[in-house]
Amino acid sequence: MIGKQYYALALVAALSGMLLSWFMRIHLAWTNAAIPGLQLLSKTGAPGGVMTPDFYLQLMTMHGTIMVFFVLTTAPFAAFGNFFLPIQVGAEDMPFPRINMSSFWVTFLAFVVLMSSFILGDGPTLGGWTQYAPLNSVGSVAGPGQGLGVVLWMTSIALFCVGQLLGSLNFITTTLDLRVKGMSLMRLPLSAWAWFITSCMGLTAFAVLLPACILVILDHVAGTSFFVPSNSVINDQLQPHSGGSTLLWQHLFWFFGHPEVYIAIVPGIGIVSHILITNMRKQMLSQRVLIYCMGALAVLSYMVYGHHMFVSGMNPVSALAFSFPTLVITIPATIIVLIWVFSLYGSKLRINSASLFALGFVSMFVSGGVSGFFLAQPSIDIMLHATYFVVGHFHMVMGVAAMFGIFAATYFWFPKMSGRMMNETLGKIHFWLSFVGTYCVFMPFHYLGMAGNIRRYSSFPDDFLQPLIPVHRWITVAALITGAAQLIFVYNLIHSRFRGKPAPDNPWEATSLEWSTATPPPWDNFGGKHPVVYHDPYQYGVRSSVGDYVMQASPEQVKTEHEEK
Amino acid sequence: MAKFFAITILVIAILSAIPILRHTWVAPEDISTHGHLIDEQMSETMAEAGIAFLAAQFILALFIWQFSSRGPDAKIKSFPGGAKALVIAALLLVGAEVLALGVFGVKAWANVYLTPPSANAMPIQVQAGQFAFYFRYPGPDGTFGPLHPELISEGTQNFFGLDTEHDADSKDDVVTAEMAIPVNKEIHLLMHAKDVGHSFFVRELRVQQDFVPGLDVSLHFTATKVGKYEIVCTQLCGLGHYNMKAYLNVLSQDDFNDWLKKEAAMQ
Repeated sequence: MIGKQYYALALVAALSGMLLSWFMRIHLAWTNAAIPGLQLLSKTGAPGGVMTPDFYLQLMTMHGTIMVFFVLTTAPFAAFGNFFLPIQVGAEDMPFPRINMSSFWVTFLAFVVLMSSFILGDGPTLGGWTQYAPLNSVGSVAGPGQGLGVVLWMTSIALFCVGQLLGSLNFITTTLDLRVKGMSLMRLPLSAWAWFITSCMGLTAFAVLLPACILVILDHVAGTSFFVPSNSVINDQLQPHSGGSTLLWQHLFWFFGHPEVYIAIVPGIGIVSHILITNMRKQMLSQRVLIYCMGALAVLSYMVYGHHMFVSGMNPVSALAFSFPTLVITIPATIIVLIWVFSLYGSKLRINSASLFALGFVSMFVSGGVSGFFLAQPSIDIMLHATYFVVGHFHMVMGVAAMFGIFAATYFWFPKMSGRMMNETLGKIHFWLSFVGTYCVFMPFHYLGMAGNIRRYSSFPDDFLQPLIPVHRWITVAALITGAAQLIFVYNLIHSRFRGKPAPDNPWEATSLEWSTATPPPWDNFGGKHPVVYHDPYQYGVRSSVGDYVMQASPEQVKTEHEEK
Repeated sequence: MAKFFAITILVIAILSAIPILRHTWVAPEDISTHGHLIDEQMSETMAEAGIAFLAAQFILALFIWQFSSRGPDAKIKSFPGGAKALVIAALLLVGAEVLALGVFGVKAWANVYLTPPSANAMPIQVQAGQFAFYFRYPGPDGTFGPLHPELISEGTQNFFGLDTEHDADSKDDVVTAEMAIPVNKEIHLLMHAKDVGHSFFVRELRVQQDFVPGLDVSLHFTATKVGKYEIVCTQLCGLGHYNMKAYLNVLSQDDFNDWLKKEAAMQ
């Protein structure tokens, strides 16, 4: 139930975030165009539907915040994890159901607080989802939304952190303490491993962002100066702050921020592996190596955050120190991709909406990953920092790849969650438009960046940016079409929920525990019984009484591939 | 459908590579003494990342083509060599790439950041504020006068907060809205932010550095080609961010001397 609530929240958030991106894209391509209805969103931000520069930045901030926190963190981790982690380990529920419920409602409250900044004060903050200091701490003198807007943003994110901390605690305890008989750690499906590793990251990362947000709120309401230095002059007024450090915010934010991007993508890695194996009808070349690599990503993610700050004014020697682990992190990432791709060799790949999105994920992960090679190097970062190259990179590898993971998971698990099948034809149309559309939108971002097109500009008055405006128009058209294709998904989701074909218990002939219980699962997941696990998670390509697979909970002994105890 | 998917991946991979191979959108010509190091590093990385990108997409497409929708009697096979071969390959190939890029990349970075400016480099101060850059030249005495933040006023055009009545060093300081520099002369840029974070980015110079409020950072570079270039802000600083820019005018030494004289007369 809580998983479905999280999913619904993420769906609403994703649609609002996408709508905001449409507004921004139209404005970037046709700066003086009136966007019908936009004036309803703000009292002063869009007179006659034409976006002002400050309103652009406010929408951009909201787009980033909504997507990173309330979609990419909420959907693959909190939503699917909440629903399927207990089932995959064989538990009746999370160990602390009350904490689990409060984690959702706190997250929901965080979303409400964030959205309320549209109607309160002079609108949302314009500081971007990274909220750099001292712009985030000096108050409304620095621009619209920098007073109440920032306080609401910080409050919302602080609440969100609390929600994720509570959720992570539950996830970790579930994985370690509630596994049923026979479910050794190495018998956990890869998705369960991914959620477990993600929750360990969540516990440490959100614990750093939470106090950072509180400090900013104190700078606003209690007259402290954690992030504002002395002698700051805004609008010819000497600010009443002294002694703060602006770089301190960047360190705190990115110490959270880099693990955060892995919090968004690691569940996708696990989910996609899980779905690919089921549809390949064979194991990955090594599950164990995939688990180690996800673990390596998690550990390394704390050592690389400084690559966001190469030209920030921090000591240039530390840029080199942060560059090396950033380059090294490509090794586990490469191993993961190689295992995926070469596991396809000799498989009996089934093509359906879920496996298409999973394979699309692999393609996106590669495309977004290789651009990381550029940004990991401080010298190249001098040219690419703060350009659309960065925007292309993170949208591809953390945004769209993670979205593809969410879509794959939805098509794969929807039958179990709702008891009905999704429409495959619509699913495939959705896939084709999304896959091609995504490349049309985000590949050109890299080209713009290489030509030096700076991000976070509400329009492009600079002389050297004029030749690039046709590229922006192309991207806008592609984004509108790709975005519209997502409405097919929403229709499919809602229609199938009520009118879909009733789903059998195991429509994909899969092996893990979620497929051995009723559809949808009863409130205690297994209807009072405790399953016993006899096998590794992925016994495919064998000869058994049911077909070419043996379920984890089936006592049937067949000649299996090697077991990884 | 799977075969069509494989072809789609191939086509997308090739189409993505074409603008890069044809240099459709590239950085403008470099006009600095250090920029070629960055450009070389960039092309080297592009070659390696490009090969990795194409190879991965091609193999993915190939295996999707070959192994999808096989009949019920098809046999499951495993990639010969298994995970071990892949791990070793990744460690060797990517490891070597990482080492090479890491080690060679240090050179370009060190050239900009880890070497001090030479003693005869020309000091210029740049101040960033919402939403304009201002530049200050120390004048004949070679010394910048002290800053008094409480005196900063757009109204009286005292952008830096100079007290020319009391501070002798400030009297001959030249404050300008455009940055002019002599060609082939090393510049020591002292960066000061008066309000929030900003950045100093000149594409042709291969220079980008954030301003840190409360912490003055410096940068040094030499421009090698006369011309007019745009200095833009790349750190989100507020509603006027997109419009925050100034011009960098690289002049011959003589033209520069004339320009500075003219600016000094207007103070």
